[in-house]
Amino acid sequence: MADRSLVHVAFYAALISALGLVPPVAIAFLGGVPITAQTLGVMLAGVMLGPIRGALAVLLFLFLVALGLPFLSGGRGGLGVFMGPSVGFLIGWPVGALVAGWIMQSTREMNILAAAAISAAVGGILVVYAIGIPGVAIMAGLSLPKAALGSSVFIPGDLVKVALTAVIVQTVARGLPGAVLSRS
Amino acid sequence: MMSVYLQGNSWAHRLPAGLKLLAIALASLLLLQYTSFWVLLPALGAVLLCYASLGRDGLAQLKLLRAMSYLLAALLVLHWVSGSLLEGVAMILRLAIMILSANFVSVTTRMDDMLDAVLPLFKPLEIFGFSPRKPALGVALVLRFAPYMLVVFAQLREAWQARTGTRNSWRLLAPFAIQSLSMSDHVAEALKARGGSQGLSR
Repeated sequence: MADRSLVHVAFYAALISALGLVPPVAIAFLGGVPITAQTLGVMLAGVMLGPIRGALAVLLFLFLVALGLPFLSGGRGGLGVFMGPSVGFLIGWPVGALVAGWIMQSTREMNILAAAAISAAVGGILVVYAIGIPGVAIMAGLSLPKAALGSSVFIPGDLVKVALTAVIVQTVARGLPGAVLSRS
Repeated sequence: MMSVYLQGNSWAHRLPAGLKLLAIALASLLLLQYTSFWVLLPALGAVLLCYASLGRDGLAQLKLLRAMSYLLAALLVLHWVSGSLLEGVAMILRLAIMILSANFVSVTTRMDDMLDAVLPLFKPLEIFGFSPRKPALGVALVLRFAPYMLVVFAQLREAWQARTGTRNSWRLLAPFAIQSLSMSDHVAEALKARGGSQGLSR
C-alpha cells in the first residue's frame, strides 16, 4: 500500500471518528429515534475511496476503538463495545464500505449522484443490516424477525445519511474531482 | 490523551497487556456456553469486584453500562414481547458481564501498551509486502486528523454564524469536505517528501 493511500485511509478513519463526536440528533418526523452521524462516515469512506481502501479505513477506525479511544458515537470505546449486542453492525461496517466502494467503481458511467446513492444504500444499509441483525439475534438471544424489528427503527435515519452521502460526493466531485478516488 | 484508560497502578494495571487480552478472550468464550443464573450472578459479582478493587474511580467506570442501558432495555422489551422474559434477563446479564469485563482491560491498559501487544500480530502480513509499521503510523495519523477536522469545522461554523446568525447548516458540509480533503493531500506530500513510512526512524 502506497503512503498516499495510507494517508487517505487514515483520513476517512479520522472522519468516522470525528462524526462519532457529533451529538445524536432526534428527528421528530422519524419517530424521535436518535440518529448518529457515524455511519455517514462509513458510507463516505466506501463511496469515496473504493472497496479496499474504504474497508481498510473502517477497519483502522475499529482498531482505534478497540485500543480504547472513545470514538464510537456516545463516547463509547474500548474492548467492551465488541462484546455488546450491536457488534454485528460494527462487523458489517467494513463489509458495507467494501460493497459500496465496489458498486461505485463498477458504475463509473452512471451519473455520480445516482451511483453514490445506490452504493451507499446497498453497502451502507442492506449489507450492514444483513450482518448486523443476525448479530443482535445471536448476542441477545432473540429471533431474527424480532431482531430485525428492533433494528429497523434506525433505517429512516440511515436513508437521510444516504441522501447526504450522495450530495457530498457530488459536491466534492465538482470542487475537487481527484478526491473521488473510487472513480479516478 | 483522551481514552477510556484510567490512570493508576493497581494489580490490574501491572499485568502485561497481552496476558489480559488473552484472558478476556478465553473468559468470553467460556461465558458464551452458560445461561444459568448460578454462573452468571457470581461472574457479575467477580467483575464488579474487579472494578471495586480500583477504588472509587474504578466504580465510576461502570458509567459505560449507563451509555448502553437504552439498548439493553430495548432488547429486554423485545424478549418480554416474545414471551421469553427470563431468558432475556439472562441474556442481558451475560452481555453486561462481557461488556464490563472487556472494558476492564481497556480501563487498565495504556493505549501504547495495547498497541505494542497487538502490533506483532501484523507481522505475518510482511509476506504480502505490507509493512507492519503502517498500522501504527495509521493510528498516529488518525489521532492527529480527527481533532484537526473538528477545528476546521468549528472555523467554518463561526464564519457561517457571523454571516447569517444561524448556528449550523448542511451548506457547511461541502467546504468542510474540500478543505479537509486538501489538507490530507498536503500531509501525503509531506510524508513522501520525508521518505515515506519506510523513511521514518526505526
